[in-house]
Amino acid sequence: MLKDITLGQYFPGDTIVHRLDPRTKILVLILYIVALFLASGWVGYGVMIAVTAVCMLLSHIKPANIFKGLKPMLLIIAFTAALNLFYTKGTPVLPGWIITWEGIAQAVKMILRITLLIAGTFLLTYTTSPMELTDGMERLLSPLKKIGLPIHELTMMMSMALRFIPTLIEETDKIMSAQKARGADFENGTLVQRAKALLPILVPLFVSSFRRADELAVAMECRCYHGGSGRTRMKQLHMTWQDGAAILLFALLLAGMILLKRFGL
Amino acid sequence: MEPIIRFENVHFTYPEEEQESLRGIDLSITEGSFVAVLGHNGSGKSTLAKHMNAILVPTEGRVLVRGMDSSDEEHLLDIRRTVGMVFQNPDNQIVANVVEDDVAFAPENLGIPSRQIRERVDAALRQVGMFELRMHAPHLLSGGQKQRVAIAGILAMEPKVLVLDEPTAMLDPHGREEVIQTVTRLCREKGMTVVLITHHMEECIGADRLIVMSNGSIVADGSPAQVFSQVELMEREGLDVPETTRVLHELGLPTDVMDPETCAERIAAKLRGSSAASEYPMNGR
Amino acid sequence: MPELRVEALTHVYSAGTPFEKTAIENISLTVPQGQFVGLLGHTGSGKSTFIQHLNALLKPTSGAVLVDGEDINRDKKTRRAVKNKVGLVFQYPEYQLFEETVYADIAFGPKNMGLDKEEIDRRVREAAGFVGVEEALLERSPLELSGGQKRRVAIAGVIAMRPGILILDEPTAGLDPAGCRQIMANILRYRQETGATVMIVSHNMDDAARLTERLIVFDHGHVAMDGSPEEVFSQPERLMEIGLSVPQSTRLAMALRAAGVPLEGPVYTHRQLMAALKEVGVC
Repeated sequence: MLKDITLGQYFPGDTIVHRLDPRTKILVLILYIVALFLASGWVGYGVMIAVTAVCMLLSHIKPANIFKGLKPMLLIIAFTAALNLFYTKGTPVLPGWIITWEGIAQAVKMILRITLLIAGTFLLTYTTSPMELTDGMERLLSPLKKIGLPIHELTMMMSMALRFIPTLIEETDKIMSAQKARGADFENGTLVQRAKALLPILVPLFVSSFRRADELAVAMECRCYHGGSGRTRMKQLHMTWQDGAAILLFALLLAGMILLKRFGL
Repeated sequence: MEPIIRFENVHFTYPEEEQESLRGIDLSITEGSFVAVLGHNGSGKSTLAKHMNAILVPTEGRVLVRGMDSSDEEHLLDIRRTVGMVFQNPDNQIVANVVEDDVAFAPENLGIPSRQIRERVDAALRQVGMFELRMHAPHLLSGGQKQRVAIAGILAMEPKVLVLDEPTAMLDPHGREEVIQTVTRLCREKGMTVVLITHHMEECIGADRLIVMSNGSIVADGSPAQVFSQVELMEREGLDVPETTRVLHELGLPTDVMDPETCAERIAAKLRGSSAASEYPMNGR
Repeated sequence: MPELRVEALTHVYSAGTPFEKTAIENISLTVPQGQFVGLLGHTGSGKSTFIQHLNALLKPTSGAVLVDGEDINRDKKTRRAVKNKVGLVFQYPEYQLFEETVYADIAFGPKNMGLDKEEIDRRVREAAGFVGVEEALLERSPLELSGGQKRRVAIAGVIAMRPGILILDEPTAGLDPAGCRQIMANILRYRQETGATVMIVSHNMDDAARLTERLIVFDHGHVAMDGSPEEVFSQPERLMEIGLSVPQSTRLAMALRAAGVPLEGPVYTHRQLMAALKEVGVC
């Protein structure tokens, strides 16, 4: 069901990973992703798996939750793996087969790479409230305000979008049920027919989103919202030695991956 | 005492509409009182509410909040932090994914220092009984809980007046009770001025004052018992009257009480009076 | 006209996961044709889950729903066909309006049934009539209507499918008293003129008492009470235990009896209360 989508979900907690400054976590994620893309040999992937596992342990996020989040991506993962499996040249597994040993290795690495990429991103969103996340981004990007980019507005929009994802998913479910009760059919027919069948869902969803946006704007005005100037925050961001350590560790990880790549591991 | 909100001959017409939505409202709201406003859809009660914190400004006449004219742009923020507003749909007024972050939104906008925001947020959440759930995601709460979070979000501004525009319309009976109990307590214990817009007559019974709106005008204004006893008027307006009031009215008894026990006592007394003459047996239960 | 039978119906959400939750358990009941049934129970008692089984929107975890003696979940075809027999109006149905005109929106259901143009036209006008939507409104956009009008158009969209069983989830939620009365009158009229079975989820005890023939009270996924309003409201303590209220007249009658006024018989409407008071000599 739609409700199973975990994108942007946050699992409150009080672990060291939760407590890290969101700016740290964003920087660490960037370092992690670069390191991941440098991994080429099995040792490199092994290190990345170990790092991810340690982070999951520290943050008390259950692997099941990561895998639940992976579900919508399964198709993409399977597709990329298949491409690698069938289109990598090398020694065939059995004489005459199209599948090669190199292909299998490549496919497995591809699966690992995408899974770790998603796992890393999810670790960030699972352990950081969207408020902190957007706050962290706003601060990291704030130098861009000087050249006139509306950073506060952009991050505000992002946090609103995250806030309303569950609400809109719930609403979509409701509208779908209601139209099904009127005999709407979303599963059968040609592609064109099915696309057309989405109208009874999309139109009410748009109408209600506009109404929501309207009401939300008034409610925000009533709560004295007047843009980013002069705003303070309840949860102030401040870096501790732990943040420094985290960034240092991941910088070391990156350096290590560069070395490993050089030695072909 | 100077009323905290004063309407002086307020007229209002929505742009692109011909009919007036408010037709010359004169109204003073006393600090610390609990005022309920009842009326059918389109009676102008929501428009009235929206004038109280300058979401709408009169096309004629003026609204004064603690002496500040609502049409004066300079006072806008001051008026908004004096008069907080809670709306019908709790989903559309919650801005954050975590309860306490949402409650912090208004004080953050007001530029209050971090530590004070924390204090205000905790106090506000305690006042509505949502402190334990402060780390929860709002979309997982019940309707009544969401609405209490919305109220806490307003309380964190430390307003003098709480205006609630049909806050219970989308809630189940349990949620309605939660919200009404919360605002009643805020008024009685914290001295908050409460203006409750509703079309549920049960919710008005505990108010100090009941105003009935119709067609952009005030058609009744008094204590709930006084207003409900005008049964014919209420019926004409398409509004309900408590069963107790209706029964007393039909029996020709004074309609100054609304709770079932006192009402029953009064009817029993009448029966005793008449059974002295007739010989109807009294059941001593 | 169909008879509805529910046999040992159980529904478990997210079965097999840590979030497993039994919403309804082992519910069996029969609703004869033409009955007017009120479904009571607080939020989360299972009544919403229950009604979504009656037109196969939800599949039972175990048990069966039979309309006219036929299992509605037998195959894909029956699951589809039952939507024409059992009409389900959700809470705040106006949020599902999507067509450019009121007419087209009411026609959506009949069109999905595969009816011809003339029949669709007949049904749209008939349904609009039932809910008091005037001809002049049919060509307007649903977005231009008032809240109460939108609600009635949405209900007409289901009525146009001429369901033999009409189920409504809190059809009056969020409306003012006048709007509530109008919707209830529309529903009564549909029932009177077509003989349809009507089931209505309501939080309004006064409506439930006044209008229905039978009340089914849900509590924690089970049927806690099932009987005529007279039977159900003669146990006000039980209702309050479940966390539900009683009609205002019943509440006052209880207070009167406690004060020593010997009221006769069950009292759950204003008229009954006044009659009972007359009986004992008040008035």
